[in-house]
Order: sequence, then structure tokens, then C-alpha cells
Amino acid sequence: MNKIVEKENFSEKVVKIVVEAPLIAKARKPGNFVIVRVGEKGERIPLTIAGADVSRGTITIIVQKMGVSSTKLCNLEVGDYVTDLVGPLGKPTEIHNVGTVLCCGGGVGVAPLLPIVEGYKKAGNRVVTVIAARSKDLLILEEEMRKHSDELIVMTDDGSYGRKGLVTEGMEEVIKREKVDECITIGPAVMMKFCSLLTKKYEIPTMASLNSIMVDGTGMCGACRVTVDGKTKFTCVDGPEFDAHKIDFDEMMSRLGGYKEEENDKMDHFQN
Amino acid sequence: MERSEEYIKNERKQEWRVELQKLTKAKDRMAIERVEMTEMAPEERIKSQRVEVNVGLTKEQAMLEATRCMDCVNPTCMEGCPVSINIPKFIKNIERGNILEAASVLKETSALPAVCGRVCPQEVQCEQRCFYVEKLNLPSVAIGHLERFAADFERESGVISVPKIAEANGIKVAVIGSGPSGLSFAGDMAKLGYDVTVFEALHEIGGVLKYGIPEFRLPNAVVDVEIENLRKMGVKFITNYIVGQTASLDDLREEGYKAFYVGSGAGLPRFMNIPGENSNGIMSSNEYLTRVNLMGADSEESDTPILRGKNVVVVGGGNTAMDSVRTAKRLGAERAIIVYRRSEEEMPARVEEVHHAKQEGIEFLTLTNPIEYIADENSRVKQIKVQKMELGEPDASGRRRPIPMEGSEYTIDATVVVVAVGVSPNPLIPNSVEGLEVSKWGTIEVVKDKMQSSIPEVFAGGDIVRGGATVILAMGDGRKAAKNMNIYLQEKYLSNKVEH
Ligand SMILES: Cc1cc2nc3c(=O)[nH]c(=O)nc-3n(C[C@H](O)[C@H](O)[C@H](O)COP(=O)(O)OP(=O)(O)OC[C@H]3O[C@@H](n4cnc5c(N)ncnc54)[C@H](O)[C@@H]3O)c2cc1C
Ligand SMILES: Cc1cc2nc3c(=O)[nH]c(=O)nc-3n(C[C@H](O)[C@H](O)[C@H](O)COP(=O)(O)OP(=O)(O)OC[C@H]3O[C@@H](n4cnc5c(N)ncnc54)[C@H](O)[C@@H]3O)c2cc1C
Ligand code: SF4
Ligand code: FES
Repeated sequence: MNKIVEKENFSEKVVKIVVEAPLIAKARKPGNFVIVRVGEKGERIPLTIAGADVSRGTITIIVQKMGVSSTKLCNLEVGDYVTDLVGPLGKPTEIHNVGTVLCCGGGVGVAPLLPIVEGYKKAGNRVVTVIAARSKDLLILEEEMRKHSDELIVMTDDGSYGRKGLVTEGMEEVIKREKVDECITIGPAVMMKFCSLLTKKYEIPTMASLNSIMVDGTGMCGACRVTVDGKTKFTCVDGPEFDAHKIDFDEMMSRLGGYKEEENDKMDHFQN
Repeated sequence: MERSEEYIKNERKQEWRVELQKLTKAKDRMAIERVEMTEMAPEERIKSQRVEVNVGLTKEQAMLEATRCMDCVNPTCMEGCPVSINIPKFIKNIERGNILEAASVLKETSALPAVCGRVCPQEVQCEQRCFYVEKLNLPSVAIGHLERFAADFERESGVISVPKIAEANGIKVAVIGSGPSGLSFAGDMAKLGYDVTVFEALHEIGGVLKYGIPEFRLPNAVVDVEIENLRKMGVKFITNYIVGQTASLDDLREEGYKAFYVGSGAGLPRFMNIPGENSNGIMSSNEYLTRVNLMGADSEESDTPILRGKNVVVVGGGNTAMDSVRTAKRLGAERAIIVYRRSEEEMPARVEEVHHAKQEGIEFLTLTNPIEYIADENSRVKQIKVQKMELGEPDASGRRRPIPMEGSEYTIDATVVVVAVGVSPNPLIPNSVEGLEVSKWGTIEVVKDKMQSSIPEVFAGGDIVRGGATVILAMGDGRKAAKNMNIYLQEKYLSNKVEH
């Protein structure tokens, strides 16, 4: 049982939660995630650790309402308890000083990107960050990102804020303008697929952080398997980050829909 | 644990045993027919994942069955038991109606008799070596059923004896993993006076006993009683704690833990790496069973989804495959089919499970192997291409090797496929502990019989050492490790010489 000590609504659908987890706060590295369960009938869902405060013994997670489980979590208030919280899971991001790093985040994927941006900056890189959202009210963590990046480009699909256009447009502009040594992309699977196609064209090494469906998060079930370089990998223990140019994104996207009907039934059941 | 032949022989000569031996003639004992376990009717039990198939014996049934046992001078059944339970002694206690005493005989050797009575493959262990089988060519004494009866009787009587605990010695030991191996180790160490904490990665205690083996075979309540008992003995449990991730072994050393027992199991599912295997609707048995058994996905109320299908195919022939296919039936499959590449004779599953599966209408396609999965336009599996097999020469496992038959391919319709072709050791601990010697299969190397690893204060046992094995072996390892860790710690910290 872990107590929620802080909560902030970023938008109608996106919530920031700060929760007590002293050991995880101490052990976590950028790129790590946790598995959370709400209620005795609750599902185990993976969420990236967006930040941690070792002295307070807390971690920050940023959650988007998708279905039953994320909604239940978003509905908890300060003082409530998360039934189960386990982590840190996954391999941390391999952060080195490589020169210029282009960090691209879309939607709620901006949250897991934050500690990575911080890490790259700390390691002495020039960090150019592109964040994107469908519209202004869905944009998150702009200030935090600006603080830790050398340059921040904001894109919205509808042009309600920043520049109008997709994340890839902002990326290409940077790539054409200056030498980019490494790229990292986190967001919806389609977005990562197109980021990856773009950087492949320019031959820029790129990592993508995958948000596969998971159960245990410890390598026990294989629900999270993806094909990377023709081989089956488990996202939770072999990832979540992989060489984007080698990921089979089409398979990954179809696997994300593997429980769609069943999840929708659960949502109907929950709402009624 | 190990008892001399001498001791066994002398016990057999105790007055009450001699009296019982004289009470019934051998001929009359042999004339009794082996007891039939009462079972829930197949058409009823397949309606629920949580109704136990075997009802258990009545006291009368058990006492009569116990009368069949000859109390042999040379009880070969004990040689067949991986932990050498004093079988005739517990059975003769049942015969004289002293059931609680029978239960305590079981507990001398087995930490979890109610579990073992239900899940041990007795037909290839004790029962196979029973005098009735070896010499009379008759059905063995129902040792497994009797074991279950004694353990259940004790549990239901409400007078479970909490074992005597030695005076606390203040030495902290950590157990990694709460499967049968970790639990039995924890129990023995608590009895010896150690301060024992069990760390478990999942949100539930019990390992495979909870997330793998379904409740229709092993009710959670049976396992929970054992865990409760350990709590009463002072064992502490910490869930949601992955040693090597949440904190390292070194962190635990800093917290004062003096020794470690790794019972982290063989949690890594294997796949076959055939085309189409990552299509939707195809999953490992671990995923399938975890969703249902641990997450309760068979119930509407659970937030965890499960895939149901009219036709469900399960690939494999072990206990895991049987558990998966019978779960599929209970989730409403019209056809639930086992596809296994060898013949029924080679199936590693317990004979009773295969028998129960057949009663429940499970179809068996043996000598058949999947070679490809065919998916629909939404990447959901719709058909399996299989190939017929024939048996050739015996392989390394002693079983006849299956050989594909050219041109025998055909397809089976299925929208859910469960792959149950084995597991590999959980790599979390081997990967995170420096200096730990690991075999090329990923199992932790230990000194046999001591269960001590290449790091002196780290002991290991169960599936992480053996690969996928059995509950009783995992448990036996835990007990052996406790005995040897005690010797190690006594000598190191308390300067006590312990008899080896
Ligand atoms: C390593 C990792 C890190 C993650 N980090 C975050 C995070 O920091 N913040 C956050 O909000 N989410 C994150 N996610 C995604 C999050 O786990 C899912 O959104 C969540 O499990 C959805 O559960 P649900 O029951 O609410 O929705 P469901 O009922 O499971 O799903 C609702 C709908 O969304 C689809 N869906 C399910 N899972 C996903 C997914 N992973 N991605 C896209 N669509 C999905 C379903 O097909 C369904 O149509 C992460 C996932 C992974 C694997
Ligand atoms: C479906 C199924 C059916 C079976 N049926 C039978 C049967 O009928 N009869 C029989 O004898 N055997 C059966 N077996 C095999 C038997 O269950 C195993 O051999 C036995 O459970 C092994 O016990 P263990 O304690 O070594 O490991 P497990 O039971 O696997 O427990 C290991 C535990 O360690 C935890 N863990 C792993 N790593 C860490 C870490 N780093 N930190 C903290 N915790 C960790 C895991 O989460 C798990 O809970 C079956 C197995 C399965 C999967
Ligand atoms: S071998 Fe069979 S008959 Fe003999 S003691 Fe064992 S159970 Fe009884
Ligand atoms: S989530 Fe189960 S193996 Fe990755």
C-alpha cells in the first residue's frame, strides 16, 4: 500500500500523482517504470517513473485515462492508497555524452521523456526537445522540459499552441539545421514509427520506448513481446527501450489492440 | 530428515504397530479394493474455475484404505519419495484412527503436505514403488489421497500445531521468492530461531501455487493456511519487492541480512519461435494462467481481461498444459484441444490430470506439432498449421524422439492458443548478483545436498536450480538449504559446532 501525497490535474484526461515509494525513489534510473494496481480486483498496469524525490521518498507518475485501470488510478485523491506498487522495472536508458541529442515526445509520452531529457542534459549533451500534443489543453510538462533542454519546440496538431504540425515536422527541421548524434522517441506507437522512419532516412541512431501490454512486468508472462531485429524480445525485461530502426512497429501496434474488445467490455461494465 | 534404516525398522516394531500388523491378515488386506476418490461431476465442475475436482476421502474411506498397507519390513515406497516421508508410519496412524498423529508424521518431512497430497506425481514416485505395484501387480495403496486426507483433517480440525520455535538468535536471513521452496525454507529457519523475511516480486505470496496451479486442483485457501502458519511462527512477508531491482543483495546486506535463500523459480516462458507466434490470441501458459488464477480474470468483477474462444488450442503435454486446457474449458470453450508432439505415454503431466481432462471433454491431438500460425486481417490468430509426428529412437530424456512426417500438414481452427512448452529459470537474480555461478541453462550452480552457491552466504533451490521441476523437490531443497545454512551461520556467527 502506497500513499498518494500530491495530485495535479494536467488536463481532463491527464493526471500527475506523487506517491510514497522510498525504495523505488532511491533505486530508479531514467527509463525505469513501475507496475501499479488499484483495488483488490485491480489490473496490473505499467507506468513510467517521471521523477523521484529521494529525500521525501516519493516518485511521480503521470497517467492518462485510457480504460478502467488508468481511470481508477486517476480517480484516487491525496491521502488515498495505491493497492500495489512494484519497481523499478525495465532497463534504464543508456545515457552517455554523445554530442547533440534530439528528444521527441508525444501525448502522455512526454512524461517518461522528462527524466531522460534531464539525464542527457546532466551528462553534458546539447539537448533539443520536441514535444507534441493534439491540442493546447493536452500539452503537458512544457515548463519542466524547457528548463532541462537547450531548446524546446512545441507542436500541436491543430495549431492551438506552439507550431501547427506533427512531431516529425519539428524534428526534420532540427535535423536539417544541425548535426544530431542520437534521437529518442516516446509516444503513441504510430508516432514512434514515423519518427523512426525519419531518423532512419538520416541515419541517426534512435531509441524508442515501447508501451506494450504487460501483466507481471518481470519477464514471467510474455504478454509484452515485440519483434526487434527479427527476434522476439520481452519489453519489460529486455526493454522498454529498443533500437527504433529494428522494431517491428506494425506488429507492436496490432498487439496493443490484442485485448481491445475485452477492455471495452470492462469499461462498459465499470461505467454502468 | 534423513533417518537410518535402523530407526525405521525399530519404529516398525513399536507396540501399536505390531498390534495393528496382527489385527488384519495380509490376505484380507490384499482383498480390499483401492479407494476411489470422490470427484465433482465433470459437467458440473467445468462451470467454475474455483470448484475443486477431488472432494477428498471420508475418515472411514481413509481408514479402510490405510488397512490395505502391509506395513512392509522394507517399505520401498519411501525410496520412491523424493523427501523420504515415513509413509508406513503415517498410514498406520490413519489405520488406527489417529489422524492428527498421521499429520504430524507427514510434517516431520514435508512442509506442505496438503499441497503435496494434491499435486505430487505419486504414480511415478511413492505409489510406483509400492509393494502392491512391484510385487502383486495390483493398484498401489493410495498414498497421495491419504496424505491429503491427513493434512486436510488437521487443517479442518482447527488444531493445527504451530511447531516449537527455538529461542531467537537475532540473525536475519532473507528469502527471495515465496514459492514452495522459499516457504519451506522459511519454516525451517524460523523453527531454528532465525529472523526470517520473505521477499516476493508479485503482490501475492505462494509462487506457482497461486499464479500457476488453478484452484480446481489446489484451492488458495489451502495455501493460505500454510502461509498463516508461517506468520504465526514469526516469518515476515514483503510483497511487491523484487530483489535485484527494488533493492540489491548488497542493500539487504547493509540492512543486516546475514544469508540469503534464492527460491526465485523458473518463471521465464519458452516459445517455439515459429511463424506467426506473436499474433494476437497466442500467449504463454504463464500469461493465461496468471490472468485467471492471480488476477481473477474468470470473474466479471476483475479489471483484468482474458481472451475467450470457441476453439482453444493448448500446445504441450505437461501439468501446465493440462491446467491451461482445463481452464479454457471452464472459460467456456466449446472445443479445448491439447496438441502434443509425442504420444500420451510420454506426457509429463500427472496421470490423474490427464484422466480428469478427458472426463471434462478435452480433446487430445498427440503426435502432432504446430509449425505455423495463420492470422486474420486484424492479426488475430484463426488457424494453426500442424504436422503429424512419429516416434523414433529414445533421446537424452529417455523418451522416444518425435520425428516430423513429411507431407502430413493440415490446419486446425482456433482463436485462442496457449503455448505451454516449458519454462526457463528466472534471470532476475542470476543477472543482478555478481559472482554467482550460473550454468549455461541459466540455473544457479550449487553444491549438491548443501544447496550452497558460489557465494558462501547465498543458498538456492527449487526451480531456479533445477529448471522446471516439482513442488516436492522445490520443498526438499528448501529444507536441505535450511539445514546447511544453519550449520554455516552457527559456525560463523555463534561459534557453535553443529553436528553435520
Ligand atoms: C513501459 C510502459 C510505460 C508506460 N508509461 C505510461 C505513463 O507514464 N503514463 C501513461 O498514461 N501510460 C503509460 N503507459 C501505458 C499504460 O500502461 C496504459 O495506458 C494502461 O495500461 C491502460 O490501461 P487501462 O486499463 O486504463 O486501459 P485499457 O482498458 O487497457 O485500454 C483502453 C484502450 O487503450 C488501448 N491500450 C491499452 N494499452 C495501451 C497502451 N499501452 N498504449 C496504447 N493504447 C493502449 C486498449 O487497446 C484499449 O483500446 C506505459 C506503458 C508501458 C508498457
Ligand atoms: C501451471 C503449473 C502447474 C504445475 N503443476 C505441478 C504439479 O501438479 N505437481 C508438481 O509437483 N509441480 C507442478 N508444477 C511445478 C511446480 O509448481 C514448481 O516446480 C514449483 O512451484 C517450484 O517452486 P519454487 O519455489 O522453486 O518456485 P516458484 O513456485 O516459481 O516461486 C518463485 C517465486 O519467486 C518470485 N521471484 C522471482 N524472482 C524474484 C526476485 N528477484 N525477488 C523476489 N521474488 C522473486 C516469483 O515471483 C515467484 O513467486 C507446476 C507448474 C506450473 C507452472
Ligand atoms: S510399499 Fe505400499 S504397502 Fe508397503 S508400506 Fe509402502 S504404502 Fe504400505
Ligand atoms: S509483462 Fe510479463 S513478461 Fe513482460
